[in-house]
Amino acid sequence: MDYDFIPKGHNRCSFGTFAAGMVILGVIVLWGFYAAALCWIKGLNQTNMNDSYGFALWIWADLAVIAIGGGAFFTGLLRYVIGLDELKNIINFAVIVGFCCYCSAMLILAIDIGQPLRGWFIFWHANVHSMLTEVAFCLSLYLCVLAIEYLPLILENGKIDEVPFFHNLSHTMHGAMAVFAATGAFLSCFHQGSLGGVTGVLFGRPFGYREGIFVWPWTFFLYTWSAAACGPCFTMLTCKITETITGKRLVKDNVYDLLAKISGWMIGTYIVAKIADTVYWATVTSPSMGFGLMDYYSLHPLHHGIWILILEIVVCGVVPALILISQKGRATKPLFNLAIVLAVLGVCLNRWVMVMTPMAMPVMTFDSWVTYFPSWQEIATTILPFAGGIMVVALSYRYLPVFPQEKELNSKR
Amino acid sequence: MFPFIFEWVWDEGHIMFFGAMWYVILILASGLGYCLIKAVKDTLAGGHGPQDHH
Repeated sequence: MDYDFIPKGHNRCSFGTFAAGMVILGVIVLWGFYAAALCWIKGLNQTNMNDSYGFALWIWADLAVIAIGGGAFFTGLLRYVIGLDELKNIINFAVIVGFCCYCSAMLILAIDIGQPLRGWFIFWHANVHSMLTEVAFCLSLYLCVLAIEYLPLILENGKIDEVPFFHNLSHTMHGAMAVFAATGAFLSCFHQGSLGGVTGVLFGRPFGYREGIFVWPWTFFLYTWSAAACGPCFTMLTCKITETITGKRLVKDNVYDLLAKISGWMIGTYIVAKIADTVYWATVTSPSMGFGLMDYYSLHPLHHGIWILILEIVVCGVVPALILISQKGRATKPLFNLAIVLAVLGVCLNRWVMVMTPMAMPVMTFDSWVTYFPSWQEIATTILPFAGGIMVVALSYRYLPVFPQEKELNSKR
Repeated sequence: MFPFIFEWVWDEGHIMFFGAMWYVILILASGLGYCLIKAVKDTLAGGHGPQDHH
């Protein structure tokens, strides 16, 4: 039925199977939009937010998708600015994944602000003393960059490419991509960093507060570094999942190996900086504000015991770094897969710890731990972008030449 | 966002924030404009470009 739109020489599942998958995902998306509409129409009383959890589950989802979407800017930087040519075989997919992640982040923010009619005030009446203003500027502009990077791929669809203007536009945009990729890297560095800076400047919240340099707390640099380190792991993970679902090889092992090696060294250097930051915070910064390390981890050991620190830094930081740095680790498939899963979990856990905990942790003698469980509206609106993202990836894979090596890798089958 | 909005002040914060923002918008708009104009020129010249972009 849609044979003419599928890239030439590529095998895809039947239209019926594809449509059935789209319908299932579409139902989840509609459920999410219904919940979002409830939040927009009736207000944030649809959530279970309270004074201790003022941004709800959304803020974690928001920061997590931005971090794992960092694969787009970092892979783009490596491919177009530094000139690692092998990465041309995965850059399209990295852009699609990044585009989905940043669309998700913008959608979640649009719900989280509670009063969407005034969402544009952050630009029009910007508070130039707020790190979140910088985040809003860079996030919006970087989404535009990702759309620009995604456009030439859409124009490469067989039917669209037959129109000479679109073919020429796609070709010209590929030629100018280094400019867009460099701009995207600049924007990404600042909004990833400012998201970390938001927690780091909260001097009334000693769990999150950090010292730093000029106006930037150390968390500014750690967030940017961790996104650049773990973002490519999410790109590789989603690529592996796509290979498993389609039953095809889409990217050659040497491409995975190169990206994993870079990612491994990035995670390794990040985790050394993270350990140094944690040690300094635990021994100098926090005690100067009246809190010892174990004060944070003994108040509510079930939710925030010391295990969460070990899980984040050792299991999801040191272990994937060691695996990905070692050539033997990268060459052993189960170890490689374990490492990229741990790296993605690690950066998501870091965002959870750095965003949810500082806000909820009691700092006054009359404060106490308040429990929080998201309402179904919050859960539905958090699942919505994931289902939407899968739809975009599936549509792109079916109709666009996303993987340049696909034909070669599957020609003998 | 613009100097004609009532709370605008010509201070370092506004100049840095909005200077960077408008600079990035200018780069993106120029880049896109260049691509569009070149694509129109190539199309009018009858070119169909190379088949492989990668």
